Amino acid sequence: MESTQIKNKITKILPTVEMPGRYTGGEFNQIVKEWQSVDVRVALLFPEIYDLGMSNLGLMILYDIINKEPNFLAERSFIPWVDMETALRDENIPLYSLETKHSLADFDILAVSLPYESLYTNFLNALDLAGIPIHAKDRTADHPLVIVGGHSTFNPEPIASFIDAAVIGEGEEVILEILQTCAGFESGLENTEKLKELSKIGGVYIPVFYVPVYNDDGTFSNLTKTNPGAPDEILKRIVGKLPPPPNNPIVPYIDTVHNRAPLEIMRGCTRGCRFCHAGIINRPVRERPVDEIIETMETLIPNTGYSEIGLLSLSSSDYTQIIPLIESINERFEGQNIAISLPSLRIESVSVSLMDALAGKRRSGFTLAPEAATERLRNIINKPISDQQLLDTAKEIYQHGWHTIKLYFMIGHPTETLDDVQAIADLSKKVLQVGIETIGRRAKVTTSVSTFVPKPHTPFQWVGVSSKDDITEKIDLLKRETMTKGLKLNWNDPRGTHFESWLSRGDRRLSEVIYKAWQKGAKFDAWQEHFVFSRWLEAFSETGLDPEFYSTRTRSVNEALPWDHINSGVKKSFLLEDYQWSQEGKTRADCRDNCYACGILPIYSDLRHENPGSLWLCPEVSR
Amino acid sequence: MKIQRYRIFFSKTEAMRFTGHLDLILTWERTFRRAALPLSYSEGFNPRPVINLASPLPLGFISSAELGDFWLSEDISQEEVENSLKRSLPPGLIIHHIQEIPQIHGNKLPGLVERSEYTAFLPKEYSGLDLKIDTLLQSTKIFRTRKGKEYDLRPLIHNITLEKGQEDFPSLLNISLFSLPSGTGRPDEVLLALDIPHHEALICRTAIVLKPVEEN
Repeated sequence: MESTQIKNKITKILPTVEMPGRYTGGEFNQIVKEWQSVDVRVALLFPEIYDLGMSNLGLMILYDIINKEPNFLAERSFIPWVDMETALRDENIPLYSLETKHSLADFDILAVSLPYESLYTNFLNALDLAGIPIHAKDRTADHPLVIVGGHSTFNPEPIASFIDAAVIGEGEEVILEILQTCAGFESGLENTEKLKELSKIGGVYIPVFYVPVYNDDGTFSNLTKTNPGAPDEILKRIVGKLPPPPNNPIVPYIDTVHNRAPLEIMRGCTRGCRFCHAGIINRPVRERPVDEIIETMETLIPNTGYSEIGLLSLSSSDYTQIIPLIESINERFEGQNIAISLPSLRIESVSVSLMDALAGKRRSGFTLAPEAATERLRNIINKPISDQQLLDTAKEIYQHGWHTIKLYFMIGHPTETLDDVQAIADLSKKVLQVGIETIGRRAKVTTSVSTFVPKPHTPFQWVGVSSKDDITEKIDLLKRETMTKGLKLNWNDPRGTHFESWLSRGDRRLSEVIYKAWQKGAKFDAWQEHFVFSRWLEAFSETGLDPEFYSTRTRSVNEALPWDHINSGVKKSFLLEDYQWSQEGKTRADCRDNCYACGILPIYSDLRHENPGSLWLCPEVSR
Repeated sequence: MKIQRYRIFFSKTEAMRFTGHLDLILTWERTFRRAALPLSYSEGFNPRPVINLASPLPLGFISSAELGDFWLSEDISQEEVENSLKRSLPPGLIIHHIQEIPQIHGNKLPGLVERSEYTAFLPKEYSGLDLKIDTLLQSTKIFRTRKGKEYDLRPLIHNITLEKGQEDFPSLLNISLFSLPSGTGRPDEVLLALDIPHHEALICRTAIVLKPVEEN
């Protein structure tokens, strides 16, 4: 369908759907290029609704980088909410890009951001809405190449059947290498030939060149290559130095989840929590200099008009220059009514001083994430803080004007007992007690409990997830034990936990399960009101696979893992050692103080050499 | 600190059509910040810029006649305010003119609105529409239910006239509706009372008429 036809048709349906502002495009700072003026056209798809997708920094970074190149264009697309999907299907309107209202099928590349697994069925639904065959094998040279990236693609196998390529790691450099390669393709070149060229680019994984082999017991054995030229393993791409951040991001006309300007101050985390996927795959830690952050803000604010800047990182208080940064911001932007948000603060008093120093609005709650409630268990997951440290920090938070403390815990950690779970209730009550002693009955605690899902490439990648009965028992215990005035408990549905665990450590056979679940209507799996567990169980059963094989089963450390060919830069032997240390209750201190040789430095030694000094928190290398 | 009060006369069209009242206020706040014009902020823990739009425009309507009051915390010439704003506007907002209001603390805009005029662009000619309009205007009460609440639409109607249009919109309905303490008339409600599916029409606010108050 032509873009003008799409435009006319949606003009008629927009007044009839909820929140039509999601589907119009045309926002401030949107970039519209002449369709015919470029060599390669990329549709950037974030497979969630606009309100969520527009808050994704990765998407904005790629939009900025691609559109800065005169011979490429990038346009955005998101998933329509169910009412709009029905309207699109009724009117035979394909899923389109917001900028020029072209069908996604008209682009040369469909680049899909997959930061988490619950987006997979939305991704399939988007292909279907655009009239693009869902399985890669059914697509021809006339279809866009479907390339995915994002954190969840560090195990690309469950979605391998649907994608032409996966980009492993950071996209800033590799995206342009891919587009330049595509610009050189002659028209009508077969997909296999295109993919052969793309497989030569570092960090690009082409699943069709590898066929998985399984053992008799159903475990994964190895991959057999069908194209001898394809690499044996895919090493993730990283940038040596954080590229300049986008300083003119699109400003939505409607409310979005993070309605603020994002600015990344640091990538990676040195703490080494053993459950943390992001902490491993984002190594090494690279900081953005204070001057660059201030300079960016000086253009970002007048370019967008945002009154709030989100300074993004995995652990704000670990940014080396955090105090000088906040001081400089306060000094430079005083009186301009600019609010700063700092996610992920550590449990220590410096975090309270930091929040205090932030000009602007006082937030309703202060979030702390001890993750486990006993010191024993915190040593196992390598988040070693003491109860006293937590209570002292809590006291300070209440003293400094906050009424509510939000506590984040996980249940289902390896070796966890009911005593450890009971301790969550006890510790929450102790924090509340500190609050009542400090500010009286205004003090509140909200305890949010999620269930640990073992992730690939982490020291816990071999561990089974807790059974649903086990999780339910623990949640029931917490519900009983937290019936205290001033204490509120939030918890997750154990079925959602299991769903996530299948997809995060699945092998290629799960493509069939995902496909069948989608056919049965699965979409918006991250939304409780849309997630239907039975669909997934049916899909497993029809595929002849056992869901528990992927969820509760503890893998042998000798077992080949379906994602072993994806190299995060961290050695498997290091992960194994850390897994064994955890079983001994042995912790690893912050790796900025002491390098534990996780493998990052030798493999990226050239990059480290090119970027000497304090921007990386890894030790220097000599050559 | 409120140093200056400016009234902005503007249009809201295109993609802005689907931006709601609160998001429109946010859009203006951002436009002022892009223009480097210091809005005056409220006091307290949660300072908000002082922005007064005359009358919320329902989602999906366009307008050629919106009104908003803005307070600045510095003395800046009208010309500079106008030029800076025009350079910083998002697509879909058009400034017609701005005017300095000498009474910094005078009456607030929403309380000054007497009525709004709308044109509904109709995609076809509805048979017997003129008759229906006459009947409606001659009724003493028009009971309608909105969001589960019954109310009388009649006292909110000032006037309705039918006009010939052209091309895509063969008829135009001019609807003038009062803003009363009891409620504000909505043109889509008038269309529904005339048995016209309101989503079929493109509705444009063409005027906001203020009460004749001396100081404003």
